[in-house]
Amino acid sequence: MQESRTLELWVGLFVLAGIAALFALAMKVSNIAVFQSNSGYDVIARFQNIGGLTEQAPVTLAGVQVGRVKSIELDNSTFQAKVVLSINGQYDDLPQDTSASILTAGLLGEQYVSLEPGGMDQKLKNGDEIMLTQSAMILEKLISQYLYQSASKK
Amino acid sequence: MLEWIRDIGARSIDSLGTLGRAFLFLLRVLIGLPALVLRPGLVIREIFSVGVLSLLIIVVSGLFVGMVLGLQGYNTLVDFGAEESLGVLVALSLVRELGPVVTALLFAGRAGSALSAEIGLMKATEQLSSMEMMAVDPERRVIGPRFLAGFLSMPLLAAIFTFLGIVGAYLIATGLLGVDGGAFWSQMQNKVDFYDDVLNGIIKSLVFGFVASWIAVFEGYDCMPTSEGVSRATTRTVVYTSLAVLGLDFILTALMFG
Repeated sequence: MQESRTLELWVGLFVLAGIAALFALAMKVSNIAVFQSNSGYDVIARFQNIGGLTEQAPVTLAGVQVGRVKSIELDNSTFQAKVVLSINGQYDDLPQDTSASILTAGLLGEQYVSLEPGGMDQKLKNGDEIMLTQSAMILEKLISQYLYQSASKK
Repeated sequence: MLEWIRDIGARSIDSLGTLGRAFLFLLRVLIGLPALVLRPGLVIREIFSVGVLSLLIIVVSGLFVGMVLGLQGYNTLVDFGAEESLGVLVALSLVRELGPVVTALLFAGRAGSALSAEIGLMKATEQLSSMEMMAVDPERRVIGPRFLAGFLSMPLLAAIFTFLGIVGAYLIATGLLGVDGGAFWSQMQNKVDFYDDVLNGIIKSLVFGFVASWIAVFEGYDCMPTSEGVSRATTRTVVYTSLAVLGLDFILTALMFG
């Protein structure tokens, strides 16, 4: 009887360890969004071109991650990209004239949204829109601009 | 010449017969499985010998595979200044491929061979026949619990292997190579999708668990009841399981990520 008890204990531990590992894979390794805490607030930013920005991309301020990109859609009336940024609740005193730009981490890295705080007293609230935005830098456009310029000089 | 052609014929009939026996055997085992609900103790005992006793080799190899992946991946990524992507590289290769496949191969060597040898010896010492004499169905009493235990243990073992591999890579990356730990996890979370990557890996390990347990119990049950037959059955279990896992992995990968 005693032996069977310890055996059951070991099997129980094994099954729990396996389930814990599966849980960790879901939570820590992948970006499953179902259980993530939603204690932040959303702000909207419109961009002319978002380049390769994807959902779940980080939102940073002074290099510190303060939130994530929640959703990206095309605004049908203005043909701009409407990006909803979910900012963590603890960063709730960003000025209203904060500007957003899409930058790339390193030359080949992923794209992220960088916030630049302004100087106004009013704070950004849930549903506010960031007015000052700067689109993603598209490498091909820069190259073609440079090529046209050097061609027209001749 | 005629002899040679007859030999080919005999071999083909033989292997087709084995295949047919294997499928009928699987069918009988599967039909007998629901009856195990009444006797869960049998399955728990087998999960102990198949799953718990395999933990050590799974834990050690998971950690080391992850650490080696971390070291090797870093060498290439650092040339592009993309060493923060190490987490993505390690997590994707472990979750999608290495976790299920290496676990299945280790499982074949550690647990599959033991299952075959055990069942084969039971047959050789006529324990299975004496059970039949006592009107106990050996397929339900002996084979079923072992098959179910293997099938259930494999995904758990693969999950433990995968997670420990990522932890091993994390330890090497932050401790030895100086990669930023936050970027390691955040890039991983950005790129690894739960449904596309993690869930497909789990499906793979379920398929491998099914096939590996099936081959192990069938080879044991179908072996020649001699000591040589048992040793052959054990070898065949490891070889066939490895081949089946690698072949199935290619097919599954082509279907899931192709």
